[in-house]
Amino acid sequence: MAADGNDIPQLAHPLEIPKLKCGAMAESSPYVASPDHQAGVGFPGELLPDWKERALAKMKELAQKNRAFRVYLDTCVKCGACTDKCHYFIGTGDPKNMPVARQDLLRSVYRRYFTFAGKHFPKLVGARDLTEAVLDEWYSYYHQCSQCRRCSVFCPYGIDTAEISMAAREIMDVVGKGQKYCNEIIGKVHKIGNNLGLQEKALRATLEDFEEELEEDTGVSVRLPLDEKGADILLITPSADFFAEPHIDGFLGYAKVFHEAGVSWTISSYASEAANFGLFIGSYENMREVSLRIRKAAQDLGVKRIIFGECGHAWRVAYSFLNTLAGPWDFLDQNYPIPQHICEFTWNEIQKGTLKFDPSQNDHIKLTFHDSCNVARASGMGNEAGGQFEIPRNILKTVCNNFHDMPRDTIMESTLCCGGGGGLLTDELMDLRTKGASPRMKALQETTEEHGVTHMAAICAICKTQFAKVMPKFGYDMDSIVSVHQMVSNAIILTGQDGDDEEEGDGEDAA
Amino acid sequence: MLGYIYAILFYAATAILVVGLAWKIWIYARTPAPLKIPTTPAPKTRGGVVLRMFREVVFFESLYKSNKWIWLFGWTFHMGMWLVLIRHLRYFTQPVWWWVEIAQPFGTYAAFAMLIGLGGLWARRVLVERIKYITNPSDHLMLGLLMGIVLSGMMMRFVTRTDIIAVKSYMLGLLRLEVGYMPADPVLMLHLLLVATLMIVFPISKLLHAPGVFFSPTRNQVDNPREKRHIAPWAAKLEN
Ligand code: HEM
Ligand code: SF4
Ligand code: SF4
Repeated sequence: MAADGNDIPQLAHPLEIPKLKCGAMAESSPYVASPDHQAGVGFPGELLPDWKERALAKMKELAQKNRAFRVYLDTCVKCGACTDKCHYFIGTGDPKNMPVARQDLLRSVYRRYFTFAGKHFPKLVGARDLTEAVLDEWYSYYHQCSQCRRCSVFCPYGIDTAEISMAAREIMDVVGKGQKYCNEIIGKVHKIGNNLGLQEKALRATLEDFEEELEEDTGVSVRLPLDEKGADILLITPSADFFAEPHIDGFLGYAKVFHEAGVSWTISSYASEAANFGLFIGSYENMREVSLRIRKAAQDLGVKRIIFGECGHAWRVAYSFLNTLAGPWDFLDQNYPIPQHICEFTWNEIQKGTLKFDPSQNDHIKLTFHDSCNVARASGMGNEAGGQFEIPRNILKTVCNNFHDMPRDTIMESTLCCGGGGGLLTDELMDLRTKGASPRMKALQETTEEHGVTHMAAICAICKTQFAKVMPKFGYDMDSIVSVHQMVSNAIILTGQDGDDEEEGDGEDAA
Repeated sequence: MLGYIYAILFYAATAILVVGLAWKIWIYARTPAPLKIPTTPAPKTRGGVVLRMFREVVFFESLYKSNKWIWLFGWTFHMGMWLVLIRHLRYFTQPVWWWVEIAQPFGTYAAFAMLIGLGGLWARRVLVERIKYITNPSDHLMLGLLMGIVLSGMMMRFVTRTDIIAVKSYMLGLLRLEVGYMPADPVLMLHLLLVATLMIVFPISKLLHAPGVFFSPTRNQVDNPREKRHIAPWAAKLEN
């Protein structure tokens, strides 16, 4: 049962294949959404009497509207290549956390009702009826998938279990069995504009506090503008950047970069959120509605460019989907990528030479970089394929003297999820999150042993929160996880800054 | 009499295979992919995607990165199968095409490649705990069916020696819609029965991976969402 990470697996290496432990995680299940939360995202409040018919109708609809769903359900040959690729399987040993087995939870039902073989020879092809027990099993195991797409990299057909788990969650939503964490948050964005439910006034006060802090630290007045009409750049950043560590330090880093680059920018109180949990629940409509807030904010403020802060799934929605969901963006300046990532912006400025750094400010840190799944496998940066790996590393190597990568089979497109992505970053899933983090943590521990690495940087709000929570269980301080732009912030020298050009010994507490 | 039974069997099997596959491909092609979901890093151009797909289909690139054993057995089996299929074209062509002639000597060994590949894949299904867990009876049956085809084929080639000339003229006849004489060789009858079975189950089984791989959005999409707006017809309707 819900062991609180006391039984963290002791992996011999990050990708050690566990023995099968059937049913090990059968009890793991997030809180179900209340009728209020369901209403906020346009779904029925509780399990409906005719839920089964509705579920099957939705399944049929998905097969007609989404090629991935249909092709992936048909195509799998059960070769088993993906079976050892999921961090939740490695961490828990529960065979239903093997990607193909996770797909099969739904495939078995799809076959039963929609394929010739499943209708007439269910036993032969592993088809089964849809029952409430099956629904509960879906609820449990489709909330043990962080939709990280590691399995899709290694499948010979690119079968993406994330697509299946998103579809499953949407089916559960339409029959009235949604997940509290995601749906409550999406409701807040629809109503207020960010995941936290942070009102404009509170946001303004927060930003003013940060401005004071920045001026105290640097002696330079760095602005954090809110709702400023006519600014060139609209910054869309995860709301965690306004209140959580190490997110805030990253946020202040963007502000310093904008300041030094001499561009005008603003945050919008109407679209004060980069995160878009509509992705996690597989709801095109919800994802679209959240995205349209960004469009409206950009139009109302009359900006020319949109830049996204450090957030993994938000960058997936931004890079891969924003044009689809809320485009066309013909009213923005076409000379810049739409949207642009803050790392793309910073790296451009670095190359132009507009930014000055003292990387020795980060000398107390030996750094590595955690590629966040949605950035690594579901989006890109720059003009070259793989820019999403190079650009953040280039920035880090510019601002920090000690950088070492983790083992190659655990980074870049093979990166291991933090364990908290895909709408699982909720306390009642702590056991799952800890076990799911263990492969990444093992890779980090190896890198610490070999190169003395002390800190890990990330460009995802979820990764940062998750690591701050689980790293202590693996022998690291909670502030061993840092923002990429926190490293930038530590090292950047603002024009006119106290101690500009002079060596001063008080850089230690810059983090 | 035997000739007629097998003629009906083959016409039916061919019809089911062709119509069934065409139907499935039509459905795959017609179903929209609402969002850009290539597994990145992905090619930025159409040409790049064609190359990626080529590497997947010909070399099983992702599988190679994933698991060397499955790759070794799977690739050996498939490449053996293509050679054997090419070799079989000589039963359906007169005169035999030059490139089919060239493939003849390799085709003989290809049967062994198929055998080894299938044997390895089957062994994994029984011996590897994880793969055993995800295996359904149909997965064993499919391997059994293919194994049966290979073994009965090899029987005729290396052991019993069927009257190939007669088989060929029977097959050429079927192509002209003429039913001729088919030798009543039990091994041949078994071989052809299994092949017809394979053709019939193709469009309703996991063999759909053959057309499916070309329609996989994570592999066939160009990574250019910021440059080019992608929108599914049903999604476009939400916009008014
Ligand atoms: C475009 C053509 C094809 C491609 C790219 C392809 C690729 C693959 C790959 C990558 C696998 C997984 C690895 C393995 O288990 O071997 C596989 C499995 C399989 N393929 Fe194909 N294949 C193709 C055509 C065919 C055809 C025409 C047949 C049948 C007659 C076939 C029969 C099978 C079978 C039975 C398996 C499952 C093996 C097992 O049970 O472990 N394939 N294929
Ligand atoms: S790797 Fe792909 S085809 Fe093989 S079992 Fe996994 S999902 Fe199925
Ligand atoms: S998407 Fe990630 S979490 Fe989900 S099954 Fe695949 S590897 Fe596991």
